[in-house]
Amino acid sequence: MNTFRLDQEFFLDPQRCIGCHACEMACAECETNGQLPMIHVDYVERYSTPQTAVQVCMHCEDPVCARVCPAVAIEKDEFGVVHSAKTDRCIACSNCVNACPFGVPRKIEPMDLMMKCNLCYDRTSAGKRPMCATVCPSGALFYGTREEMSRMRPNSSPVNTFRFGKQTVKTRVNIMMPLGATVLVVDADE
Amino acid sequence: MATLPATAETLIARFGPTLNFPRPEGIPGRDTPDAVVKTHCCFCGMQCGIKLVVKNNRVVGFEPWEEFPFNGGRLCPKGVQRYLQNDHPDRLMHPLERAPGRGFAPVGWDPAMERVVSEIRRIQSAHGRDAFAMLSGVSLTNEKSYLVGKFARVALRTRNLDYNGRLCMVSAGAGNKKAFGLDRASNNFSDLARAEVVMVCGANVSETFPTLTHWIWQARDNGGRLIVVDPRLTPIARTADLHLPVRPGRDSALYGAILHQLIKHDWLDHDFIANHTTDFDQACEAVADYDLAWAERVTGIPQAKVLQAAEMWGPARTSFLLHARGIEHQSKGVENVLSCINLVLATGRIGRPYCGYATITGQGNGQGGREHGHKCDQLPGNRDIENLEHRRYISQVWGIGEGDLPGKGLTAYELMEAIHRGEIRGLLSICFNPLVSLPNSAMIREALDKLEFYVAIDFFLNETARHADIVLAGSLHEEEDGTVTTAEGRVTRIRKAINPPGDARTDTSILLELADRLGAGRHFRYQTSEDIFNELRVASRGGTADYFGITYQKIEENMGVFWPCPEEGHPGTPRLWEDRKFKTPDGRAHFHGVAYREPEEVTSDEYPVILTTGRVVSQYLSGSQTRRIGKLVRQYPEPLLEIHPALASRLGIRERELVRVTTRRGAAEFPAQLVETIREDTVFVPYHWPGKKSVNQLTSGHLDPISKIPEFKVCACRLEPTGQTAPSPEESRAWASP
Repeated sequence: MNTFRLDQEFFLDPQRCIGCHACEMACAECETNGQLPMIHVDYVERYSTPQTAVQVCMHCEDPVCARVCPAVAIEKDEFGVVHSAKTDRCIACSNCVNACPFGVPRKIEPMDLMMKCNLCYDRTSAGKRPMCATVCPSGALFYGTREEMSRMRPNSSPVNTFRFGKQTVKTRVNIMMPLGATVLVVDADE
Repeated sequence: MATLPATAETLIARFGPTLNFPRPEGIPGRDTPDAVVKTHCCFCGMQCGIKLVVKNNRVVGFEPWEEFPFNGGRLCPKGVQRYLQNDHPDRLMHPLERAPGRGFAPVGWDPAMERVVSEIRRIQSAHGRDAFAMLSGVSLTNEKSYLVGKFARVALRTRNLDYNGRLCMVSAGAGNKKAFGLDRASNNFSDLARAEVVMVCGANVSETFPTLTHWIWQARDNGGRLIVVDPRLTPIARTADLHLPVRPGRDSALYGAILHQLIKHDWLDHDFIANHTTDFDQACEAVADYDLAWAERVTGIPQAKVLQAAEMWGPARTSFLLHARGIEHQSKGVENVLSCINLVLATGRIGRPYCGYATITGQGNGQGGREHGHKCDQLPGNRDIENLEHRRYISQVWGIGEGDLPGKGLTAYELMEAIHRGEIRGLLSICFNPLVSLPNSAMIREALDKLEFYVAIDFFLNETARHADIVLAGSLHEEEDGTVTTAEGRVTRIRKAINPPGDARTDTSILLELADRLGAGRHFRYQTSEDIFNELRVASRGGTADYFGITYQKIEENMGVFWPCPEEGHPGTPRLWEDRKFKTPDGRAHFHGVAYREPEEVTSDEYPVILTTGRVVSQYLSGSQTRRIGKLVRQYPEPLLEIHPALASRLGIRERELVRVTTRRGAAEFPAQLVETIREDTVFVPYHWPGKKSVNQLTSGHLDPISKIPEFKVCACRLEPTGQTAPSPEESRAWASP
């Protein structure tokens, strides 16, 4: 029985990331991932700072990866989860890899297949939290209700609207921004 | 003779370290486990709750234990990968005997035990009982720690027992006993959540205690401010409101200067000082001249920042001060700790909600292990081995005459020096890899070579155990029941998940059989770990670390119990000092006058740069376990020399160039990593690696005069570029360096 909890959301707070890679290792443990992480942590610029950035699939409301897929391999379900490419349909063309504004899908060369985060569907459909957000030791990744989040972080606001130039992208996953923020402008429209 | 029985390369080929990776096609049985066992991580003092997934007597995976109150499912990469120490190709499955020229050969338990006992008897009858020593470690449970302490004193009857907590907790323990009369974190970590100021002194929290980050961030989320004192901009320092990049070894000067400001601006709790403390005048006198200009000159921190720290700390209503090895691993470790405690006492912010102080205990059972077991000057319940009343009580619990209880022995590094001098001739080690973890490893290696007989109990053949005559195949964390006491003072349950594989045995059964063969069997009649714990409860009764009211059942029902817990109806004590009754003889907290003095080794023309050492998030201690787990090794494959670009430029050092680092102990080469996140006068190398990649070839054996902790955090070095670029990190085999 599917017990996906629609009241729970994913909150990403990259400034809290301590670069420990627990999320990647926990993600890779999932049997469907073949020991490959679907979440990625990288140094921003180690020369000047230990700041790391963590990127997980944002599960867009209108996922461009799915729109550009010529094989209709990527689907968004009724819970708003954008699933990884279906293995029997994906032709490894990399359209999704090139189109995603967040740089999430990756082509796995040996398997000739695109793979990305499916919000730990095996866990979330059973009412559990995604593995990465369960283990994250610093709260850079959190999965829970909006009420829990606003109680825990009274000085931040969740934002799920991103502006890339003229394009606005809305996502299921939130980024934590300073209190009152409503949109993250990635590329200002000149 | 204890020289290596074969080349290091031969031993590595047979016994590892080998990298264990999970199989990409999946791990059989994970979907249909035989059991999912609630226990704790085997690594650091946070002791995060974790569930181990078991199939066919193997740990095949993990699940977060989301109900456990400290970590709520959160884990670091070491915790996520810890299951891979199980079912590992390097696991010792039977006892081994040195086979010169070949390495080690399997031997039966009976001849192995017989040999060990006859060598102990031979050495002790020829050279005295203290000529046979024991070294232990605090990855062991409370039960095993207690057993080791009793075994060494009652079965081996040697005074020379010490442990790897000597490299970890002893400065904090000594400082806490002087100031409070008791050695435990004063508060549990939930008191961080609403602290207005959190000061983190010499603790790389996000790499060494990643799951503590959450609690510190909670304080920030609630509007609290964070001060981090560290020579490097660590991941936690990056998020601080104020980072104080102290020159290594100058910590007590900084805290003295902050106290000077608290006094000057009258940011003091006069009532608390008058009613509950002593010797405030001495603390004041010691810092009378420590003005801001002096502080900047000594610590290298700009005056304005020192003042800002005092302004943040002084008037706050709530606060929490945390410290760890950064200030403790020094020849002034205890003084540094006392200078921090002075700041807590001066503001009276202790023993109330969100007013806290704690050292962050490093090892899994660093807290409980030192209270009940293997510290050379301590008896169970944190009793003093030189106190007649304490000796009488424990002798009675153990059923021996007080006169038969050995006295205080040598500390870990001093013990290796005594082996080097030929005074100690035999050694039994368990859970300790001194060849990697002690400083001045050339001396340690020479000492091992001088041993007449060395027996190691271990589950992997670590670098030190390669020198052994007999190796007894012991047990992993998940193979025995027990308890540990976390950095917060919370006693938790370690649950056995599987049996030792092959012919390996539990550490407990090995020690019990040795005790029996040594003729002390009647003192060691235990059927279960719980039997040992129940004796520990009695032995701790009336001591400062009183566990008498703690039972296995109570721990399980409450997900941990905080000591002191003197009676079965007692709920435990998450926060100390609410009653203001300190455990010092006069019942007051004690200030100490801390006059600044320099570290034992300062820079000179010959050695102009400060070398400091520490850890990385993907490795744990000497790496005996974590250098065998593939992904943890790949995350940070080799020790790098962190160096500021300005210093690198002056010396002509390029990124990834191999740099020769020389100290008075020796030289080693490390690839340079140019980062602006370290002081210009300091370089950093992490220490988890063996052989030629061990930075402990370079560190000094200078010890704190009270705690005898080595000064890992400060020595003087010279840097020389070699002109060679290091091979890519992927090619490094540092994890198994000979």
